Amino acid sequence: MNSVHDMGGMLGMGPIAPEAGEAVFHERWEGRVLALTRAAGALRRWNLDMARHARERIPGPAYLAMSYYQKWLAGLETQLVESGLVTPDELARGAPAPGSAKSKPPLTADQVRRQSARRGPSERKIDAPPSFAIGQAVRARNIHPIGHTRLPRYVRGRLGEIARHYGAHVFPDSNAHGRGEDPRHLYQVRFSARELWGEEAAFRGVVSLDLWEPYLEFA
Amino acid sequence: MAHDDPSHHDHGQTPPSDVALRVKALESLLVEKGLVDPAALDAIVEHYEHKVGPRNGARVVARAWTDPAYRARLLEDATAAIAELGYGDREDAPVVAVENTPAVHNLVVCTLCSCYPWPVLGLPPVWYKSAPYRSRAVIDPKGVLAEFGLTLADDVEIRVWDSTAEVRYLVLPERPAGTDGLSEDELASLVSRDAMIGVAKVTR
Repeated sequence: MNSVHDMGGMLGMGPIAPEAGEAVFHERWEGRVLALTRAAGALRRWNLDMARHARERIPGPAYLAMSYYQKWLAGLETQLVESGLVTPDELARGAPAPGSAKSKPPLTADQVRRQSARRGPSERKIDAPPSFAIGQAVRARNIHPIGHTRLPRYVRGRLGEIARHYGAHVFPDSNAHGRGEDPRHLYQVRFSARELWGEEAAFRGVVSLDLWEPYLEFA
Repeated sequence: MAHDDPSHHDHGQTPPSDVALRVKALESLLVEKGLVDPAALDAIVEHYEHKVGPRNGARVVARAWTDPAYRARLLEDATAAIAELGYGDREDAPVVAVENTPAVHNLVVCTLCSCYPWPVLGLPPVWYKSAPYRSRAVIDPKGVLAEFGLTLADDVEIRVWDSTAEVRYLVLPERPAGTDGLSEDELASLVSRDAMIGVAKVTR
């Protein structure tokens, strides 16, 4: 989805503003949003790719104006409602609808402390052999999916080289839309600065991305 | 769908106190519905405030500087090498360590969101998650580094790692000169979070 979240290569977003001695959470609510997101994720009503896509669907002007945890909050609210776990009315009132059922939380403090509620790795075994070999030249496809994708615009159509094969991993373009994990081979792909940014590129070197096989074609 | 437009709340203009109230209301709603346990929320916050953070990564770096066999294992399979020191484990996203040398400087970014090696560095700083860094790191890394006060020689190759999948990248910085006599603990105390992202060098 060609939205503002896919911002690699843009200029004009302003200065980078590192803070000395930055706190982990600037305000208490930020930590609560992170915790609510993790705890609600344990309900297994959506996956990581759906969570990312919910944030990406925040309209551009609002996305750019929000802080990081404001985006998480918006994404969480979207998912709670879309999954049917809460109604828009409950969200607006901050209280359950009268007579609504009460569940048992799947994630306990003890599980958090024992780290036993992790979502696990995204690598999967598949039968299909990888189509590309280390050192092979590939081109990132010029595709513009309407839904979720992890292929940034700035590499589409560009020529790169396979640097490493990571095995097969859950394919976000499918998983974000509830169409199953559809694992595909994942590669580290290197693009030269000149290929991406032209002969007057501002630096000498490479940009490396991790790209799924459906994003690539033989060069 | 009633809720397919996430903009229906007016987030952009919401002052922090209103956000705090909204989060409080959401928490009490989810607790009352039995969807989340408040004690689990406390434990999650505690974990990120106190259990993970860049001190973990600094210990990995200091070990790699003092133990050549560990350094080799880290560069070969960072996920396993990091787990050796008790951080993260094989259930986490795989980690790849990339080594700075006099000829190569590495820089990590996530242009699409904010992917970051949580088990070794904790939660990312605000600037890492913000538009200026995410947008510019891949097109003008030298300009980005200059904003952090780091100027590289013209012949240094820059390698930018855009974390587009579930692989996480950790920069193994160069060990500063004049640190031969330091212990592993003393070395770890020199290693900054920024050096492990690649926007700083480690200095004495």
